[in-house]
Order: sequence, then structure tokens, then C-alpha cells
Amino acid sequence: MALTGIEIYKLLPKTNCGDCGVPTCLAFAMALAAGKTELDKCPHLSEEVRTKLAEASAPPILPVVIGAGDNALKIGGETVMFRHEKRFENPPGITILVTDKMSDAEVKDRLKKINELPYERVGLTLHADLVAVKSETGDTAKFTALANKVKAGTKANIILMSEKVETLAAGVKACAERKPLLYAATKDNFEAIVKLTKESGCPLAVKAKSVEELAVLTEKLGAAGIKNIVLDSGARNVKQALQDQLIIRSAALNKKYRPLGYPTIVFPCEMTKDPMKEAIIAAMFVAKYAGIIVLSDLNGESLFPLLVARLNIYTDPQRPMTTKQGIYEINNPNENSPLMVTSNFSLTYSIVSSEIESSKVPCYLFVKDTEGLSVVTSWAAGKFNSESIGSAILKSGITDKIKHHKLIIPGYIADERDAIAEEMPGWEIIVGPKDAADITPFLKAFKP
Amino acid sequence: MAFEIPRTTYSGKIREVTAGKGESALTVGGETAFPFYLFEGQMPHLPRLAMEVYDSPPSDWPEAAVEPFKDVINDPVNWAKKCVKEYGAEMICLQLTSTDPNGENRPADKAAEIVKKVADAVSVPLIVWGTANHDKDVEVLSAAAEMCRDRNFILGPVEEGDHKQIGAAAKEFNHIIAAATPIDINLAKQLNILLGNLGVPDDKLIIDPTVSGIGYGIEYCYSAMERMRIAALTQQDTKLQFPIIANIAREAWKTKEARISEKENPKMGEAKRRGILLEAMSATLLLMAGADILVMRHPDALRLVKELIKDLAG
Ligand code: SF4
Repeated sequence: MALTGIEIYKLLPKTNCGDCGVPTCLAFAMALAAGKTELDKCPHLSEEVRTKLAEASAPPILPVVIGAGDNALKIGGETVMFRHEKRFENPPGITILVTDKMSDAEVKDRLKKINELPYERVGLTLHADLVAVKSETGDTAKFTALANKVKAGTKANIILMSEKVETLAAGVKACAERKPLLYAATKDNFEAIVKLTKESGCPLAVKAKSVEELAVLTEKLGAAGIKNIVLDSGARNVKQALQDQLIIRSAALNKKYRPLGYPTIVFPCEMTKDPMKEAIIAAMFVAKYAGIIVLSDLNGESLFPLLVARLNIYTDPQRPMTTKQGIYEINNPNENSPLMVTSNFSLTYSIVSSEIESSKVPCYLFVKDTEGLSVVTSWAAGKFNSESIGSAILKSGITDKIKHHKLIIPGYIADERDAIAEEMPGWEIIVGPKDAADITPFLKAFKP
Repeated sequence: MAFEIPRTTYSGKIREVTAGKGESALTVGGETAFPFYLFEGQMPHLPRLAMEVYDSPPSDWPEAAVEPFKDVINDPVNWAKKCVKEYGAEMICLQLTSTDPNGENRPADKAAEIVKKVADAVSVPLIVWGTANHDKDVEVLSAAAEMCRDRNFILGPVEEGDHKQIGAAAKEFNHIIAAATPIDINLAKQLNILLGNLGVPDDKLIIDPTVSGIGYGIEYCYSAMERMRIAALTQQDTKLQFPIIANIAREAWKTKEARISEKENPKMGEAKRRGILLEAMSATLLLMAGADILVMRHPDALRLVKELIKDLAG
């Protein structure tokens, strides 16, 4: 937000009519400056003032939507350089490449991968997001056929890649309703691609030879009324590509430099031939500011770590990830298997369940809702105490699953043992290990 | 609007710390900008890659992690040699797991002998790592420090509970301290102040922020490290202007995701490459957050990250 409340106030009608929902123009101006209300709530603005304020209150990196409907991918809209300052908003779209030089079987195989490689983790589904459809032969008919195949073969969002605008136009025709990202405007095809972009309403990637040239092009696009822009600085060596990401983000956020205030696209697939190296370059761009990351292929061994890395970096640092309260069955437990309890901070859950799993001992793990706090913190905050644990477990239905009445509590809340026993008459409360690393020996020695 | 490259105003610099002795000594630190923000400042010493060596054969490693060391797994001296000669380790991190009082409980003097043998066998700087049991680490690291005086090892993890004793030994026998705190900028600063008060010189201190791997809370140490660098470089926080060591390999390999076979879960892909990538990708993220020394395990992960650093420095 470039304007202060007072600066905004000077532009308002100053009638204090109250139509915006707050009693005075000044109050409205303050709320607008703080990002707490929307410009459109005041119906009495001249066109000129509206444009001026809209520009000033637009986010420093514009959000861009690729695709249509529920499945659409939103990128950009970022507001910070470092995730602890607020959070990173929209995770980068992970993209698999298909080209019109690939055989039918190869294309099919890739579409199958993007469809069949989602992962479940802490109650979320992690998956790749886009297919980049690239014209390598220059043949428009082949490109159209490939675009059709992709449209029919997957729900993933689409990037259409060709240097020739007429080829892109044919591709757009094939999958217009999917609102694909057009790649790419350059200084050579400018007029034609602006026309295609306006006609189709699709988002547009811009490719330049440097960050400077990129800024010139996006200013021209802005003047032509195009705002759904994705930036490619053109760098294909890792060093320059990273520098460009850092420069673009910093210019947009620290200098409010509008011509670079858009999400970016990077191409690890063109930076190395080694798929392992490509994967770590992609991980680097997850942390450092890419909006879309195009990979040459997807394989479980690299896609899975990459998707989890993305989940981690884009986690809201102010709001811990949680696991749902309930009974989790690990290693196929039966009515004699031990019962353990832990907090619902998702990291705690991941570590504890992972240790139980590797112990190979069948076990029930009861995850108690502690509002995402760890065992120690939630206990200190009174959210993991005897009453709440006791009643949650007794109500959970676990007694229908086990014959015994024994509960293993985390070593860190050993002091709570007697109190829990009081809440759960007839139960034996056993103090388990403090450290997750000690769960395996504990469970192995445990006699229910 | 003409484009001008934006520049952050930096007011601080990371200190340079030199580990090892003589020709094979290596310096880390010295950065004048955020990690790899080379358009704004310098990284005069690129991040260095250490390789782990264990003083007793690990029992719980996935097959893929054991395989490169099969022939030397019972022999820390040859293990270290192999890491340096064949795999290009720039430092060796000797993990003294055998000293764990809850395990083998090898006595301090025996452990120190192994440290000396390894130090004599390789020319690269040595990082000597205890088991984070305060009483035992005081004995073990002090004994190693004395037996190998003036060799300028990095000793860790030095925590609040044992910093006085290990700090004194490091000072007396001329070694470097890796000050370890649990993922928190203020605790890190506090321990650095305590060590400073004890007389540990500023060029003999590095920060161990306590790291974890992808899927197991890497975002916490990532942000803690970023905040340390921001404080050090832009807020003149002199007590955080130290190089950072990330003991990442063991975190990446102990996860169930590094273990699970392709047969058990075909969607997770080939187990060996997955393990290597969990290590290398975790290391890559920590590089972006400010790691100066990364402790690595698998030679392929080391190679990948080394190449990346070379590319990034260009
Ligand atoms: S609606 Fe507009 S003119 Fe009326 S009080 Fe609100 S800001 Fe002022």
C-alpha cells in the first residue's frame, strides 16, 4: 500500500454519507490504508480517483489465476521476502513438460504420472499442478493434437508454449475453456500476442533476455490493459536464474516497482540434464520465489520430497499445522495392542507415528486436539491436561476396540499421571518416553 | 519507470572462522549479504560440505546409506580417508555415537584416541560431535581437545548445560565451539553471549541452530536461520554474526520416508534416489537459509549439493 490514510482521505468526497458502512470518509480511508476494507464499498468515487486508488492499493505482487473453476491455480500475491514475517501465500505450481516430439506412449505416461502421483500427508493432498504443452516441431497441427490430448487426459492446468502466435492461437482454441497460460510474449511477437491474450482472456507469460527488458515489456502490456502476467527473465543458468528471482522479488516488494510485481516462471528442465540435480534446483526455487516450476518429468522419488518441501516452506508460521483429533491405527493393532496419546501438532504426530510405525509394534495412537501446540507447550497452556485427555479418550470409542484399560502418556506430562487416573477410573496410566526416539525400545519392551 | 536493481542496506558482516591447521585449514563465513544475494554483496568463502564418519558401525541406516561405506563401516580411519579421497569431503564430521551412556558407553580416553587417529589420517579439518549427553560430552570432548591440542577442531554440540566445561577446554587447547540451541534465535544469541563471557574468542565460534529435514519441521530451522542472518547483517546484532553449521544428514536419513521401499509404496519411487534427494534437497533449503557448513552422508547427495554451490557461485 503506497498511500497513507490521510493521502487517501484527501481523494474521497468527504461527505461522510456512511454508504460505505463506516460513519466517516476518514474512517473509511484509514480502513482502506490498513487493507481492512475494499475500495468498491464507496459508491461515490470519480473514475479518476478510483483508478488512482486501485493502483495504489493493489498488492505489490499481483495474484494470477491459471485455469478455470475449482481446479484453477492461483500464484503470486506474495507480500514478504522472508516467510517468518507473515507467510508465503500461494505455493508455486509444479509442472511437467510434454512436447509434440514425444511419442504417444510417452505423453500418455506423463499424463498418467500427473494424475496418479498425489500424496496424502497430514490430511492434505499434495500433487503437481500443471502440464506444459510445448511446440518443438513448429507444426501447428501437431501442437493442436497434443493440446487436445492433454485436455482430455488430465484435469491439471495447462501452459501452452510456442514461439509462434498462430500456433498458440490454435492451441488456445483446443482448450480455451481451461484458461491456459500462454507462453510467451516476447518483444518480437508483441502486437499479435496481445491481441490473442485479449481475445482469449488467458493469462500471459512474458519472456525477455534480462530483468530490465522484462520490465519494459510488462509496462507495455500494462498500458495495453493486460494484468495477468507471469515473468520469465530468460536466465537458464542456475546462478543468473536465482539472482533474477531475488532481484524481481526485492524490486516488487521493497521498491514497489510495479513492472516486476508479478509471479515468475522458472525452467529447471532447461538448466541441467541430470534429473537429480533438476530436483534440487527445483527445491531451491520453492524457497526462492518461483511462481511456476517446470520439470522435465515427474518421478515419485523426486516429486514427493519436492512437494513436502513446498508444503513446509509455505506453511503459515503463525498457525501451526494440525492433525485431526481421533484414534489412529498403526501397524494393524488388535484388541490387546497398546494405546498411546499425543498432541495434535502435526509435526508431533508425524514424528510419533513414524517412530511407532518403524517399531513394527501394532499400536493405537490417540491424537488429542491441542490447537496445534506440542505436548510440552499445550500442557503448559492447560490444553493437554488430565480432564481434557480423560474425557476425550473415554468419548473416543476406543473402549470398543481394546480389551485392556491401559494408557501410555508422553514422558513430558508424567506429573499429570495421577490426575488422569482420577479422571479415568479403572484405567492404569503408564508414563511413556519423553523423546520420540525412545518409542521403539519402549514399545518393544512393553507388556500390555 | 526505469528499472534500478534494488539493494538492501547491510550494516553487518558474518565473522570469518578458520577450522583446521596449516595448508588444509578452511575458512567459512565472511558474508556481507543474505545467502546467495550476490547482486548485493559477497560470499568470500563458499559453504563447505563435511561428511559424516561414525566411530561405531550404525545399526539403523537404510541400505542405500550404508552401501557407499560397506567396506569401511567398522573402521572410522579408513571411512574418513575414503570420504576425503573418493567422495570429495571438504571436512570430516566424526560422530562419536559409541560414547552414548545409554548405548555402548565407550570411555572418553578411548574415544579421544579414535579422534586422534582419524585426525592423523586425513588432511581436512575435523568436526568432532558428541551425543548431547552433557556429562559424557564434557569428558569426551575435553579429552579429545586435549589429546589433539592446537588442531583447531570444531567441537559440538556445545549446549548451555555443558558450555562452561567444553568452552574452557576449547579455549585452553585451541579449538572451535559449535554452540547448539533448539531452533530459536534468542537462545542462540544467549548462548553465544555466555560463551563470549567465558572468553571464547569470536573467531572460534559457530552456531548450530538444530536442524531437521524435509517433512520434519525444516521450516522452523529455515526461518530461525533466516532471522539470525537478518539480525546479523541488518540489525548489527554482533552476537549472531557467526557462521552456521547444519548437521542435516542424520535428520534426513532417519525418517520413514527415507526408509520405505518402492515395493511398499510404488508412488514414492526408487528408495535410494529418494533418500539421496531428501538429504540433498534438505541441504539445499538450508543453504538458502544461510548454512556455512553442511554435514552430509551420501556421496551422491554431497556431489549434487557441491555442484549446485559451484553453479550458484558461477
Ligand atoms: S461512502 Fe464514500 S463518501 Fe460516503 S462516507 Fe464512505 S467514503 Fe465517504
